[in-house]
This record gives sequence, C-alpha cells and structure tokens, in this order.
Amino acid sequence: MKKPNINLREPSMVMKLSRLGSFHQSKLSFLRSFIREFKSWNYKRDLFDLNKDGHGTAVYSFEKKGRSYSLVCFAQHIKPEERSDRVIATKWDSAFVLHDGTPSKKDIDRLRKNVPKQEVGRVTYKELTLSRANKSVRAFDHVVNSLSIGKQPDKELLKKVGYLYRTTAVYGSGKFGLADRFRIKDRKEIYGPFRLEMMLVYLVRQFTFDQVNHIAKCKNSKKAVMLEENIARNLGIGNSTGLGMAPFIVNHPTLLHNWIYCREKALKEIRSIEKVDGNDFNIFKSCLDKSKMNIDTWLTDSQYQINKIDSLKLDLSKFFKYLKNLNSEENDYLWNLVYLWAEQNLKEECVEYIVSLMMEPYDSIIEPLINKMSSEEEKYFNIPADRKVSDLKKIIEKNYKSIIEIDFKDKNSTSNFWFISKNKEEPRVANRYEERGSDLEQPLAIARDIKKLYEKLTKNNQKKTIANFLLSNDDLRHVVRRAFIVEKFPYSEIQDNTIGASLVPIDMLRLKLSFFGAVKFDPRSDKWLRINMYQGAPLPHEMKLSKDNWVYNSLN
Amino acid sequence: MQSFSEIDTTSKRASKAAGFAWGVAEEVGKNMRNLEMFGLPGVKNLNLYLKKIKKTPSEKPKKIEKKNKPQSKEFCPIYCGTVFLDNCKRLESLKLIKFFNVSYPLLFLPFLSRASDIIGKKISVKYEKNNFLLNFDKTIFSNNINNSKIISKAKEISIEFLENNNLFSIKEWKELYRLSEETFVEETDSSKKKGAGAGLTDND
Repeated sequence: MKKPNINLREPSMVMKLSRLGSFHQSKLSFLRSFIREFKSWNYKRDLFDLNKDGHGTAVYSFEKKGRSYSLVCFAQHIKPEERSDRVIATKWDSAFVLHDGTPSKKDIDRLRKNVPKQEVGRVTYKELTLSRANKSVRAFDHVVNSLSIGKQPDKELLKKVGYLYRTTAVYGSGKFGLADRFRIKDRKEIYGPFRLEMMLVYLVRQFTFDQVNHIAKCKNSKKAVMLEENIARNLGIGNSTGLGMAPFIVNHPTLLHNWIYCREKALKEIRSIEKVDGNDFNIFKSCLDKSKMNIDTWLTDSQYQINKIDSLKLDLSKFFKYLKNLNSEENDYLWNLVYLWAEQNLKEECVEYIVSLMMEPYDSIIEPLINKMSSEEEKYFNIPADRKVSDLKKIIEKNYKSIIEIDFKDKNSTSNFWFISKNKEEPRVANRYEERGSDLEQPLAIARDIKKLYEKLTKNNQKKTIANFLLSNDDLRHVVRRAFIVEKFPYSEIQDNTIGASLVPIDMLRLKLSFFGAVKFDPRSDKWLRINMYQGAPLPHEMKLSKDNWVYNSLN
Repeated sequence: MQSFSEIDTTSKRASKAAGFAWGVAEEVGKNMRNLEMFGLPGVKNLNLYLKKIKKTPSEKPKKIEKKNKPQSKEFCPIYCGTVFLDNCKRLESLKLIKFFNVSYPLLFLPFLSRASDIIGKKISVKYEKNNFLLNFDKTIFSNNINNSKIISKAKEISIEFLENNNLFSIKEWKELYRLSEETFVEETDSSKKKGAGAGLTDND
C-alpha cells in the first residue's frame, strides 16, 4: 500500500476549545508519568503521629540515591460549617506540603504553624508544593464506621464518590514562598511538568487510607479491620477545580504548545505505523473494553456533561461495530484508517478518546516525549523588535486565521471579561455589560487584542520595524509578544474567543486536567468541576511492580 | 522570603495598576525578578517609582540618539528601557549613548542587561558614581553592590557597548597554552596513519 500522507493535525483544528475540552487522560498524562518515574524510588512512612480522631502529623517520603522528597501532613478538627471546597475557605480537614529532603523537627514545627493556614501562612524555598483537602464526609465516615465494626465499606457508596478526600488547590512554582521552579528544574526525575504536584496528590491519597485505618482501630481496637487493598486501590483523590486553571494555559503559551505538540506528534507517529503488530492492536482493544466500564460509572448531574457522556457512549458503540471488521494483519496503516474513520463518523469527544487509547501500546513513542513537555519559557520572552510590520502581519494571517474574522463590534463577542478577585486573588470571569470591574480586565482577551493588533498593523507602514510600531502602541505589546511566540510554537494559542458569550470556561479546565490525568469530569457549573485522580493507581508498596495501564483497572 | 515568581507577578500587577500597559508591565515583572536575583534592590526602587508617577508621570523617549534629554523634567526608566531594548541592535552602532535626567535609573538596568544578551556584547553603565558591568544578562557587576542608598534621579547615564575583546595579553595566552600542551601525547607513526582522512586520496 502506498504510504499515506500523514501530517500533524492543524492548530486551527486542534486548538478549538470544543476539541480541547474533549481531551481525555492518556499515557502522556502527568500522574501516569509520575508513577512510571518514581516506581523505582523507595517509599516510606516516616512519621505517623495522629490522635484517636485522626488529627496530628504524618510524614511520607520517596528516596533514591540520597535525594528525598517528603510529604508533611497536618490533620485537624474542623466544624461541619467550616468545611468548604471553595478557594475562599480558611480551614481544611488536612493541609499538606512537599518538603525538599527530610524535614527536621524544627522544619515540621515551622510548617505546622504555616501550612494549615495555606495562603495566609508562609513557606520557604525548602518546600516545593502545597495543598489542602477536605473529607468527603459521607464516604469517610462510612468507611471508618464500617472498618471499626470489622466490615469492609459498601462498594456501591464508594463507587458513587470515588475518594475519601478532595483537594481544593495544589500550589507550586513559587506561590506563597515555595521554591521557584529554576531551583529544581535540572533534576532529571522532575523533567515532566507538574511532577511534584502529582507526587503530593499521590502521597495524600495514601495518607487518607492510613488515616481511616487508624481512626477505625482507635475506635474499636478489637474488632477493627484494615481497608482491603482492592477497595483502597479503586479510590483516588477528588479535586474541585475552578477558574484558576483557565488563565494558566493562556499565560504559559510555550508550555501549552509542548503539551499539545507531544500529543499530536505521538498521534502522527502512531498513524504512520505501516504494519501494526497484532499484540499492540489487542492492547488497544483491551484498554478500550476496560475503559468502557469506567464510562458506565461516570456519574454527573451536569446536563452539559451528561450530553457529552451520552454522545461518547453512542459513538463508542458505533466504533465497536467498526472495530469488529478490522484486522491488523490485513490492513496497512491500520491506525491511520482508524483515525480517519473516527474523524469522519464520530464526534470530537469520542475521537479524542480514541486518540488517547491509541497511545497505550507504544512506550517507545510516548516515553521520549515526556521530557519534552516542560518549557524554558524565559527564552522566548523578548520581542524580536527588529522584525518588520509586514512580518508580524503575515504571522497573524497564518496563525490566527479564524480569530481575525471575529466581529468584535458585536457585543456577544466581548460579553465576558477576566479579572482577579480582591478577596482571594483568584481568576474570575464576569459579564462585561452587567458587572463592574472590566476596567481592571486581565490580559486574557487574546482574540480581541490580536484582532486589534492586526487592524493597526494593516494601517501601518509595512516596512517599519516592530520597534517603531511599539513606540506608539504600548497597549498591544502583550499580543505582539504572543504572536511572535506562536510563529515558533503553533499550538501555543487557543483558537477561540475567550471572552465571547458562548465561552464554556470548563473546556479550558478540562484541557489542563486531561493532561494531569484526571478522570470522571463532573462539572458543577460552567465554571468549576470535580474530578478524580489516581483512581485505580497502584498503592505505594505496589508501585515497583505496577503496570502503566492501571488507569483502566478501576472497578468503580 | 518572597519567591522570585511572587516578585514577578506582584511587580507586573503593580505596574499595570500604576498605568503601564500589560505588555510593559510584563517586562517590569521579569526585570524585577532579574534585579532581585542579581542582588540589586529592584522591588525597593520600583515601589518608590510607582508611587511617584501616580502623582507625576514621567516621559517616554520618542526615539533614542547619542544624547537624549527629556522635554519635561524626567525620563521614565521603564519606557527608556523598553525603547532601548526594542532598538538595541540599531543602537549598538552608536557605541556610547547618554541619557539625562532619568528617574530611578536602577529600573533601566535590567532592560540594558537583556540588551547585552540580545546583541552579544557586554555593556558598561555609569551614573552618579555607580558603575555596572552587564554580562549578557547572566550577571551584573557593580562597584557598590552593598550600597542601599536609593538614587531617585540620575542626572546623566552613560551606556557604552563594549567590544568583545580579550581581557589578557597574547603573551599571557601563549604561556597558558604552553602549559596546556603538557597534557598532549606524542603520536606514533602508526597512529598517524589511522587518523581521520589518512590513507585516502583527497582528490576523489
């Protein structure tokens, strides 16, 4: 068979919010690459000093060749009325910090005074990531009560919840005094993005299991039993994610490019395989079968998500029929056939689901890409101001084709604005024409500002330099920088209007969360959602022998 | 201690609040991170300058020549910086450039440091008995780095692009080279015959 012409998918297609909001976890996801990287490290519970109610301090660590990372946990009593997943909360059931190395007693005392306060406290460059979490009270109490009377918890109830604790934010990279990324960026084990955030969440998960076992035992030392590992393994850590994540992907264009580019490169390489090995095809089919079970238990009250899940289920049944007649031995470029068929017959949600699954058999393609998913953003900050106005105009025409066609005189195109809330310094989005504050708008209206830049460039002398253009156009400097970045990094820009009336902010969150490796997206509004991380993941003592496709082993 | 990331973000937001466009504020954020990293009091200077311009905004240069004097009282160090940075490749040919009456001149410095990196030449900066040597945005050497005295205005800033010259004589280099030769091993005739390109005609 003649080799088909297989290219990277165009940014104009991939970078649409509806497409990005249909992404799913994959072998590239950060929590999976974290487990692959750290499975050879030594896990230890260094301290477990909790009272009968489960309040106190615990320390967990990973160590290898003299380097260690320690999670310090502080659990406290809070009243039911104080428990809130909102970022504006001031108290949490537990607070966590990942310390670089082994914390001394002095460090732990210092952290105890600060970590439970989160944003109000201060940490130091010796700390790497910070988080807090609340119990899922119905699941937590049920598990403790069951274990204390010698019974395992009701799996049906746990299936509905999926975790014992929900984190409400995970901070890193210099926030609240944490170490700046540059201090640690050359450590090979953390080349992949968000690796230390992933480590924190993973160790928090183990803390939740140890905590329920401990409380149950204190409650009834004679009868209490330990939580069965099969049940624990199928519990993850929940997370409530709000708009804070959305500006991140706009503010880190080269990083965004690297994530998407690696995904696209993997897809291209897989589609370009001429003879697909039967075993590899079976791995794909097996993961697909198992994952279908997960979709069936994906519960949400959100009509938006229900529609997405229904469409996914419907499309998957079509896909299963198509697969029945497909044989890897008879078809050259099998993955390309599969992909092209999916694009023609299925909706984006299912196409991207299949794209994720297509990566499963291919460690050799995926593994080299993992280390390319970080970015040295500083390198691309300077504007090449000696370039000509005509150059920049051409860059915009090539890379923002659909953006410059948007009519921003139409109020629907500018209905929203992004701002930082005064009380919690968190990003928010509001209606420009109904709410106050648009004069303090954040520079996240990229589409509108690019269009404005384009119109000004068009009227300008094409031979003049960008330096000359910027002399009288300071207000466009931020998008001039972006346009030159997109020239080198074509997947760095969302190809949609992030302030339009039809904006669904959770599409932006879902993009980032899929790269984290989150599952069970459960939107609670168009502005925040709940997810689950590490459901089905090996327990720490099982990591060394674990297989990477654990994500499909979840029973819940 | 504040992280550099916090310094960047807060400086950016404060600059925007003081009236700079977002793109310019982004430059300031990055610059404050650099200044503080180099051990220079960026945040202190920025804080004072932003307070000052809330009352009286200072001037942006329309273009940069060998000698630059503000039409009003003072030049803005941030606008001087953005214009200098954007035009640095052209300005290199001027060799020595002077600015007169610049507010909080330390805030001009990180732009010049970045220009040094872009053009690949060291830059010497002098004002009010302060000398700085900017090394490709990797380091800044100063003659009084511990001086916490804030200079709110430089009557004259002199900026010189330094040619990429050796800081040692040929004699010193030769002496060092001779010493380095003591790590070399005399080749045998047989190994000479096996070296790259040996034994083949080069006229093929």
